[in-house]
Amino acid sequence: MAGISRDEVLHVARLARLELTDEEVGRFQEQLSEIIEAISKVSQLDLSDVPPTAHPLEIANTWAEDEPRPSLTLDEVFANAPDRDDGYFRVPPA
Amino acid sequence: MIDTLRLTAEEAWRLVDGREISGAELFAAYAGREDDLHAYLHRCDDPGGDGIPIAIKDVIGTKGVPTTAGSKILEGYVPVFDSTVASRCKQRGLRLLGKTNTDEFAMGSSTENSAFGPSRNPWDPTRVPGGSGGGSAAAVTGGLAPWALGSDTGGSIKQPSALCGNVGLRPTYGTVSRYGVVAFASSLDQVGPVAKTVRDCAFLYSIIAGRDENDSTTVEVPTVELPGAEDLTGVRIGVPKEMNEAEGIEPGVSAAVRRAIELAESLGAEVGECSLPRSVEYGVACYYLVAPAEASSNLGRYDGVRYGLRSDAADFREMLMQTRHDGFGDEPKRRIMIGTYALSSGYYDAYYGTAQKVRTVIRREHADVFESFDLIVSPTSPTVAFKIGEKVDNPLAMYLNDLLTIPSCMAGLPGLNIPCGLSEGLPVGLQLIGPQFSENTLFRAGHALERALGFDSVPERLR
Repeated sequence: MAGISRDEVLHVARLARLELTDEEVGRFQEQLSEIIEAISKVSQLDLSDVPPTAHPLEIANTWAEDEPRPSLTLDEVFANAPDRDDGYFRVPPA
Repeated sequence: MIDTLRLTAEEAWRLVDGREISGAELFAAYAGREDDLHAYLHRCDDPGGDGIPIAIKDVIGTKGVPTTAGSKILEGYVPVFDSTVASRCKQRGLRLLGKTNTDEFAMGSSTENSAFGPSRNPWDPTRVPGGSGGGSAAAVTGGLAPWALGSDTGGSIKQPSALCGNVGLRPTYGTVSRYGVVAFASSLDQVGPVAKTVRDCAFLYSIIAGRDENDSTTVEVPTVELPGAEDLTGVRIGVPKEMNEAEGIEPGVSAAVRRAIELAESLGAEVGECSLPRSVEYGVACYYLVAPAEASSNLGRYDGVRYGLRSDAADFREMLMQTRHDGFGDEPKRRIMIGTYALSSGYYDAYYGTAQKVRTVIRREHADVFESFDLIVSPTSPTVAFKIGEKVDNPLAMYLNDLLTIPSCMAGLPGLNIPCGLSEGLPVGLQLIGPQFSENTLFRAGHALERALGFDSVPERLR
């Protein structure tokens, strides 16, 4: 399982919507290979009867009251937006 | 003359309450001190209030005050609402001194991953203050804040406190709200206090802890007791063999921790050996699967659309990819890619699924130990503060700084760092870990040990 190929780095970066330069692909391939080899250690344990933990507390179904409350104004919502068109976030064409 | 290097928050509050000094004078004493440690990313004007000043880590959202999480992708971002913890501090009249430096998105152990440059250790400015919360830890020890808030995912409060020689608490998961805090790994992230004394730490924890309707993972918390007892009679302390004999623990660190354990025994504690073999052996690997997996999802929100950086591009997809390329530093990029890899089809069971099962093993191992002990102790960091630049080219070596802080984080347990001595002229941290919701026990033991140790928290070069 150890190691990650150049193509896998590019594939993962695409999945994560991350542009990489050629230099970065090379550097990350080396570093990620080393890291993935180290974390692959988890596969050494026999875990056949062990349930997974997703969350450290055993709480479930925490509901909020379904009541309307004041929310942010439109100007607050758009305060940090790179571009706005009235009530919309404006983006380059898809 | 206010000595910001020595004044505790408790004493500061007493002086302000007794009108011996005004809140504005106190604020000015901290704000007027030159920040030659680069502890702050942003300093504030006195906002007024009835209480004393506080510094807040820059991953914690503060209304009207820039919050960057140490990342270029959030440069210029000014929250339009307060995090619950910032709001609780405000309600108690605490005055915000500024936002402290952090590794980008709290990913790191030295602040060297901050997009805005590293902070420096108050004991030796050529060394790191630890991370990710190195700014908060440096501010408290460097006389730039009486106390501070940090956040901890795998050691980001405890490890900087160890390296700077102050007191830091990573609270039980679920005791402190994460609402309004920049998310890194949501099943691990916890906000907590950094202070000069255990009593200050407990007091600040009492201000921020408790159920919050805006964070469904929070729960009701036992009433916080400010510690006063100076003995440890009847406290059962376990010494996990693997956490005290791990490869890489410096001899000077071991020696200081051993002395603290002997001192605990002389204060009446019942000390015994215990074992956490798989937690220590597999903890780091488990963490570096779970945390990046959650991070890869959480960091998906930085898309150049609603807030943060946007890079120029002709179409949407290119804008998205270029923005994330330009805005994220190397460490978030690495973790996003590890996390995406671990969650991707074909690898999910082998990596993320397996890591979640290892997490159960770690929880069970700790639960077994706490059948026989009230708390366990170990060094917080295997080493004292290292030189700036020393580990920056080797991400894997940097990850091992968290070897001893990670296992209890995976189990959602609280951990307290207190300084327990010096090695090579630099502070050594003692880590105390208890079962969930045992903060009062940690405070009691930490306070008694702190009194008996008599550690001088002012760096030698500043005395």
